[in-house]
Amino acid sequence: MKSIADLLAEQSVFAGIAPEMLALIAGCGVNTHFAPGRHLLREGDAADKFYVLRSGRVAVETYAPPRGGLVVETLGAGDLVGWSWLFPPYRSHFDVVALEEVSAVALDGACLRGKCDEDPAFGYELTRRIAQVVIERLQATRMRLLDVYGDGRP
Amino acid sequence: MVIGLDGLAALVATLRAEGRTVIGPTVRDGAIVPGEIESVDALPVGWTDEQEAGSYRLVRRGDDARFGYAVGPQSWRRYMTPVRERLWRATRNGASFEVQVEPRDEKRYAFFGVRPCELAALGVQDRVHAGETRGDPAYERRRRDTIVIAVDCGDPAATCFCTSMGTGPKSGPGVDVVLTEIIGDGEHRFLAVAHSDRGQSLITALPHRAAVERDEAAAARVPERAVARMQRSIDTTDLPGLLRRTLEASRWDDVASRCLACANCTLVCPTCFCTDTEEVTDLTGDHSERWRRWDSCFTLDFSYLHGGSVRTSTRSRYRQWLTHKLGTWWDQFDVSGCVGCGRCIAWCPVGIDLTEEIAALRATDAALPGDAR
Amino acid sequence: MAMAAPDVAPSGEPMMPVAHRVVERIDESPDTVTLVLAPVDSNADEHLPAPGQFNMLWSFAVGEVPISVSGIAADHRVAHTIRSVGPVTGALTRSEPGDVIGVRGPFGTGWDIGAGMGRDLLIVGGGIGLAPLRPVLHSVLAARGDFGRVAVLVGARSPDALLFTSELEAARSHDIQVEVVVDQAPRGWTGDVGLVTALIPRARVDPETTAVMVCGPEVMMRRISVELLDRCFDADRLTVSVERNMQCAVGTCGHCQLGPLFVCRDGPVVPWPRVSSLLEVRER
Repeated sequence: MKSIADLLAEQSVFAGIAPEMLALIAGCGVNTHFAPGRHLLREGDAADKFYVLRSGRVAVETYAPPRGGLVVETLGAGDLVGWSWLFPPYRSHFDVVALEEVSAVALDGACLRGKCDEDPAFGYELTRRIAQVVIERLQATRMRLLDVYGDGRP
Repeated sequence: MVIGLDGLAALVATLRAEGRTVIGPTVRDGAIVPGEIESVDALPVGWTDEQEAGSYRLVRRGDDARFGYAVGPQSWRRYMTPVRERLWRATRNGASFEVQVEPRDEKRYAFFGVRPCELAALGVQDRVHAGETRGDPAYERRRRDTIVIAVDCGDPAATCFCTSMGTGPKSGPGVDVVLTEIIGDGEHRFLAVAHSDRGQSLITALPHRAAVERDEAAAARVPERAVARMQRSIDTTDLPGLLRRTLEASRWDDVASRCLACANCTLVCPTCFCTDTEEVTDLTGDHSERWRRWDSCFTLDFSYLHGGSVRTSTRSRYRQWLTHKLGTWWDQFDVSGCVGCGRCIAWCPVGIDLTEEIAALRATDAALPGDAR
Repeated sequence: MAMAAPDVAPSGEPMMPVAHRVVERIDESPDTVTLVLAPVDSNADEHLPAPGQFNMLWSFAVGEVPISVSGIAADHRVAHTIRSVGPVTGALTRSEPGDVIGVRGPFGTGWDIGAGMGRDLLIVGGGIGLAPLRPVLHSVLAARGDFGRVAVLVGARSPDALLFTSELEAARSHDIQVEVVVDQAPRGWTGDVGLVTALIPRARVDPETTAVMVCGPEVMMRRISVELLDRCFDADRLTVSVERNMQCAVGTCGHCQLGPLFVCRDGPVVPWPRVSSLLEVRER
């Protein structure tokens, strides 16, 4: 039976992190599961939790009447879900819904924020890794914004 | 051998008697341009050209030289690759269609009075249109069948720089007869040298005398005079590399602020080859024709690709023209696209001088730190 | 760099269109149609195109456009997948079986399928870019044992813009990994939403020895190539298919030039090392 630390160590977002830092993070984490259709995060809620997916896919979406739920992105095994816990106003901006059976490590963002304040070196390391994920998602989003498959008219 | 003015006249007459359309320099619309001539009377007797960036004037000479000028706005290119040419016609036939190839122009040409730089340009066009992997049979037929009579140059214009490009002032290969005009010692004569069998048979049939030492010496002085009078030059050292390295130089913005994208340079250039393929139909929609006509990379829709053009700015189009002409032409055809005739300099309405532009790019290149090259 | 499979020379006179009949029409998506063409004169000496090559398709009295072949059958029925973006492609996509279209070709360089034999193969197609890659997939299916692991990554704007979906689904049962992602999706789409580059880490191929073929919008090809090289794929085994304005298709009209390359003769399939610096030139 793998420990939370072992599970987290396997994820690319924490690759190569110092063991004592990993232990700090793992200390704030628990194993969770979601049935299809359940929300991992809800738009507008306080962003206290974030997840590292172990298996299964989720949809990051927003509810836009009359079009219904619009999927912004799908994420899967190995992906980090949720970063609003680290940056003010600490509120989720999108819904995250399980598309199938999802198992993930749920991490207590509020708790980790506290640990970042106490230990700046840890805070820097964690922030740097989260920022890397944000940047990759932003680059991909910008590309999709260009609508390159469209007909080229601005 | 040496021929006189009577020999020159006989040369044109012989070519015409062979059923050839003789194209030679004539004065038309204030410029010396190639056109069909019926006799040597049509030549620009006693005319010369004064050229500078953005300027061309015909001026009277003090003598009656037949070939006492440099180059005019048009080249022999239009006779090898017509300005407009119908490729085929098609007619609807039920659900299908029938295509009729356009019969080729059967004219047989003689080019009379080709300058060495223009001869080099014909050689460049040969690499573009003929050769192993391109094979335009119509071009190759026309070219093989055309008799070329070159005249070495002694009166370059201020815009000329053939010496830098290695294309003059003496004629290179691909010619039937080379003439050198000599006025002096009380005689108006031409040294005539054949460079092909048919060139040889042509000139031996003319009234002539053997060349003696003073003829050869006088003839040798003509290109020497041209070299001495050459005003412009260009450093051709690794031009492809220079143009690759300076693609983002601010000089391009500078020239773009002057360039009108009027396409004059491409229209007067003897080596430009770009064409447009056009669909021409009638109102019934039952008849369609495919035409090919000269085009220019300076036009906005030259690089059109569903939704827009790749090169919309004047900057990108000027850069495309110059980097192609002096740079990527080498990769494509193993020769420079520029023959140093200077036409683009004279006929640019704002006087853009590519020798200046290259010098400016070299200065930019030299200023780059070593490892940025 | 190994040379591509022999590129087939144009049938007959390269500047003369040959009458072809539309024998089948498939509506692939709201703006994209596949036309299967066969020569009207069945005795004509027609050269079968190689995967990656293109034909110039002529709509009588409207005009001519370059279209990559998207399917090649031995009986000379050649498929062309066309997206309607202008008057000529509009006319072509309105064609019905029985209509006659003029064809010149084939032209250009093809995909080096041999480079994928005996090793892994990765195919990445974005939007209509999947069409020129489809004949490669057919070649793999016809000789699956000749290739190692094969993965096909597909990106499109939205689910209804996806091409050849049933073929791709069927390919999965031939031990071919197929991953699909769309830029945006309506409610009800259960597949992935994101950028096609995100599919690369999922491809179960050995980066260092895999032959890669990429086709799609130019900006997408640049991003994908960067991502591939970052993940240790070999630049010398990466080929892309580029596009420029093509008119004569025989390398003399000058329109299709990309730096020193004539895309109609030196392309459209080009090795990445040869073209990467050319695609970085900003034509501003």
